[in-house]
Amino acid sequence: MPSVKFIAHDGQETEVHVAAGTNVMHAAVDNGVSGILADCGGACSCATCHCYIDEAWQDRTGSPDDVEEQMLDFVMELKPNSRLSCQIVVDDSLDGLVVHLPEKQI
Amino acid sequence: MSDEHAVIIGASHAAAQLSAGLRQGGWEGRISIVGAEAIPPYHRPPLSKDYLAGDKHADELLIRPATYYEQQGIDLVLGSRVTRIDRAGKEIELHDGGRIPYSKLALTTGAHVRKLDIAGGELDGVFYLRDLNDVDRIRAYVGPGKSAVIIGGGYIGLETAASLRKQDMAVTVLEAMPRVLQRVTAPEVSAFYSRVHAEEGVNIITDAQVQAIEGGAGVEGVSLADGTRIAADLVIIGVGVIPATELAEAAGLEVNNGIVVDEYARTSDHDIVAAGDCTFHYNPIYDRHLRLESVQNATDQAKLAAGTLCGKLEAYNALPWFWSDQYDLKLQIAGLSQGFDRVVMRGDSETGRSFAAFYFGGDRLLAVDAVNRPKEFMSVRRALGQGQSADPALLADESADIKAAFS
Ligand SMILES: Cc1cc2nc3c(=O)[nH]c(=O)nc-3n(C[C@H](O)[C@H](O)[C@H](O)COP(=O)(O)OP(=O)(O)OC[C@H]3O[C@@H](n4cnc5c(N)ncnc54)[C@H](O)[C@@H]3O)c2cc1C
Ligand code: FES
Repeated sequence: MPSVKFIAHDGQETEVHVAAGTNVMHAAVDNGVSGILADCGGACSCATCHCYIDEAWQDRTGSPDDVEEQMLDFVMELKPNSRLSCQIVVDDSLDGLVVHLPEKQI
Repeated sequence: MSDEHAVIIGASHAAAQLSAGLRQGGWEGRISIVGAEAIPPYHRPPLSKDYLAGDKHADELLIRPATYYEQQGIDLVLGSRVTRIDRAGKEIELHDGGRIPYSKLALTTGAHVRKLDIAGGELDGVFYLRDLNDVDRIRAYVGPGKSAVIIGGGYIGLETAASLRKQDMAVTVLEAMPRVLQRVTAPEVSAFYSRVHAEEGVNIITDAQVQAIEGGAGVEGVSLADGTRIAADLVIIGVGVIPATELAEAAGLEVNNGIVVDEYARTSDHDIVAAGDCTFHYNPIYDRHLRLESVQNATDQAKLAAGTLCGKLEAYNALPWFWSDQYDLKLQIAGLSQGFDRVVMRGDSETGRSFAAFYFGGDRLLAVDAVNRPKEFMSVRRALGQGQSADPALLADESADIKAAFS
């Protein structure tokens, strides 16, 4: 099972293991990692699952599609490595993924 | 160890958020969620979308896995219907006679489907769509070449039509009003959805007066007052919901088009909070009392309710928003359009599949229906949340940056 490491805004790290095919939002929510709200449950409609992909992983997670891009434009503290975590599916190629969480979602 | 016990009735969106919120807010006592359905809280919106279309598995619907509740010390009492609240004795009574004492109680009982009193309504193959269990039963009737009639052209009816078309069924939608989505959108938006559904092969009949559902052993068709008869292997009725207030009412709590709550999600008994589809609450942004059927409201109100039970009062001040996915259309709605007197269109709703309809009441922007326009949706969410106003001319001007329209 691939692992994902979440690093909260205050530096606290949580590593979780998820079944391949799980999205990053669920990896956080299902394991009680706070900092991701995910109000729409992954429908790409709320932008409350904002995260930053660690620079070392950016190439492998790909880039956001048009809908995600437009939603991202409105998150707090947009950065070049901003993503909506519900849109990233963890497979074996992302084993060890490092994700940073923003201070606030809204 | 505290001997306090927070009991939540209903196990869905509001309950999931409320229980998590209690722990985050420092509630140290017991927490129990008692729900009539047999599974932990799950995402209801996919029921008429990805799940009905067969693109999502039941496991993927859970809001949080069962292990989360275990880890947080939240007891799930599932498949259990609460039959009575004893406020004097501070206990709830279950269908099997069991009793659970509470120190604080939360009502997240949601809504029941409105039943249609119609001949043939009890036939095999006739369904309402609210719970996972409903969809699991419906799916046995779904298949290529079979036909479905959907009674009700609201969001759920139209989403259901789209999901069934995806599986190559012949689909007819019967709407009693002159246009689909009549109660919730402008004529332009209704016309857009009618056109797209027609393009996708759905037969929409408006001003339809359903007379009877016909059949023998199982459903065979639906007949209309004008003599039309439409064949059907499956009939799905989606004509709205009514708030689940029966427990609250019997317990003597104030009920008026929902369980009446104050801005802190408290009912008329301050040891009892309520959140979600079952509530009638005040919204300061629109300065009126509302009953909403949305995940946003269930979640936002549940957060407040949890805070209230933890002794941290925070007043409700959330902007309503909603979404609906059909075919390749991603509709996102921010605000409430009721009472609008003008609609400003951005983009082409008559031939294209991407536009936004901005609703105004006088000079005031009330809401947006944005189809495949996340940017317009998010702009309005932000602007209304911050009390900004909007310039209709700039909203209508596609060459102008949408963000420039707000100040
Ligand atoms: C098919 C469908 C599609 C939808 N799509 C969207 C969408 O795209 N976007 C959106 O924002 N909203 C959508 N909604 C609405 C959204 O699902 C609801 O607003 C939301 O589920 C409300 O959550 P709730 O917790 O208030 O109540 P509910 O989800 O209604 O849950 C209430 C629960 O309480 C239980 N219960 C009731 N009485 C008792 C009792 N006496 N004892 C024990 N348990 C009891 C019920 O069994 C139920 O499980 C959709 C709804 C449906 C049905
Ligand atoms: S969970 Fe709502 S956009 Fe990701």
